[in-house]
Amino acid sequence: MKSDNIEIRWHGRGGQGAITAAKIVAKAMFASGYTGVAMVPTFGTERRGAPVFTSLKVSREKIYDLSPSKKPDIVVVLDHLLLEEEDITQGLKRDGLVIINSPLAVRSYRFNGSRVAVADVTDLSVKAGLPQGMVNSGIIGSFARAAGLLELDVLLKTIKDEFIGRRPDENARAAQLCYENTAMGGL
Amino acid sequence: MQIIETGNTAAALGVKLARAQVIAAYPITPQTPLTEKLSEFIESGEMKAEYIPVESEHSALAICIAAASAGARSFTATSSNGLLYMHEQIQWAAGARLPLVMCVANRGVGAPWNIWNDHQDSISQRDTGWIQIYANDHQQIIDSVLKAFCLAEEVMIPVMVCYDGYILSHTHMPFDVPDSETADAFLPPYQPPYALDPADPANLNTVTMPECRPDVRGDIAPGYMEIRHLLQHDLIEAIPALMRVEERFRAVFGRGGNPYIEPYRCDDADYIAVSLGSLSYQLHGVVDALRAEGVRAGVLSVHLYRPFPDKIIVEALDGCSGVIVFEKALSYGYQGPLCSDIKSALYRHAQGRPFVTNYILGLGGREITTQDLYEALKASCSPDGGAGEETRWIGLKLHTRGMQT
Repeated sequence: MKSDNIEIRWHGRGGQGAITAAKIVAKAMFASGYTGVAMVPTFGTERRGAPVFTSLKVSREKIYDLSPSKKPDIVVVLDHLLLEEEDITQGLKRDGLVIINSPLAVRSYRFNGSRVAVADVTDLSVKAGLPQGMVNSGIIGSFARAAGLLELDVLLKTIKDEFIGRRPDENARAAQLCYENTAMGGL
Repeated sequence: MQIIETGNTAAALGVKLARAQVIAAYPITPQTPLTEKLSEFIESGEMKAEYIPVESEHSALAICIAAASAGARSFTATSSNGLLYMHEQIQWAAGARLPLVMCVANRGVGAPWNIWNDHQDSISQRDTGWIQIYANDHQQIIDSVLKAFCLAEEVMIPVMVCYDGYILSHTHMPFDVPDSETADAFLPPYQPPYALDPADPANLNTVTMPECRPDVRGDIAPGYMEIRHLLQHDLIEAIPALMRVEERFRAVFGRGGNPYIEPYRCDDADYIAVSLGSLSYQLHGVVDALRAEGVRAGVLSVHLYRPFPDKIIVEALDGCSGVIVFEKALSYGYQGPLCSDIKSALYRHAQGRPFVTNYILGLGGREITTQDLYEALKASCSPDGGAGEETRWIGLKLHTRGMQT
């Protein structure tokens, strides 16, 4: 019902870390002065590889409505093949933004009136020193670049804090590389 | 300190700050991360407590009962069928007047098997003699856990702190975690009025005759009915006791206020929606939207469900012409239990009683869209309440196999 919220829906596969990615962005947004943040996962019967999604709602005020995002401002896709399986952009606002981890060029994607941001997060994350398939730190680098809601240094610090003991520097480097290599297009 | 974490973590931090001494639990979704977190706290030495893994929920509560009888501050948590499996021990804990605290991450009950949120599990334990508190967000979860120990130990009645499975248990949101010195100032170590002692053997809660009769010392001891009357009396007295706890909490932490209900835009409301848990907060935006259209709507969140603060609720509803109760539970064969309770509370108002409409929704995690809530509440914001007295269901899809009527 409230229109001044920013709603970001994250789509990934079970085990890919979409929820961790959204949680890191929630923490970074909170640290940036958004006092209302709520990251609400929608749970099915989880198994590795199955499509999963979570809703991140961000506001300058407390979030009272924890229902899943129906009309997101931003959709983040951790695996471009999900676009062939589900209506990932359902309800996306007309002037919205879609951020995709994909090896394809940004011009390959068009979503009725929305901006599109693409980075090959899978490849860039390996270049940053992470094992193959770890994309959740990289994708939020692309998010920071495309959405323009977060300062990169706040994000990198939040990533390092979150991944303490679990390759914090490589995860931060993946985010930085994706931030620098996100192509913008669409509309 | 403000952190962003899940509702289960908020509950675990509350238990840690309360310095619970014995924790016994059996894993069940969506509660499991709460007791996992407690086992981590204990394993790392951050929390000094005995964690007793058990083979069932029945044993979990049996161990808490034993530990509390020996004078230890005890805690368990569960959901759904796990709570139902405790049912016999739940009744026992209340009858034995043990100040246990239990968190319930609310989940639908089987059959058919279901892991998602509704309130049928804890509502079905309504008449067991426990105090039940429903939290709407993570701050209320952590604060309620602390207050629950304080209240339980003051009135010697166990307390259930209920919060929505997944919607709160697995959602990340900010909340304040007090430091342990402040929590200690609010909740001093438990001083049991009585504790089992091998040096002074005793039988507790043995066969108690219908009639009063002399005990081993020759004093006339109460019969079963006197003991049960005392439980009822003390539950009613727990209502003012909770206000004393709340005032102490506010003096120490600087937050809190009304521990019974949380009204939103109810003062001049013609129509008031009533519900338990996170659904009440989802209704805030719906009420705002209706207000913008000129409909004087409000929402009343009920925090304390048992003992039922009937006078406080009736006062909050005074002057409105319609009450619309949204429930994630059902007394099968009749109507929503909260709806029945509200109607019963309003009965003494012979004149000018508001109509009471009942919506059943979200059973077994059926998604509750804010648009559906808006349409239902709007339809009921009219002098006749929309359409009659019959219980209405939101989001029901009756075109499925075998459902055509």
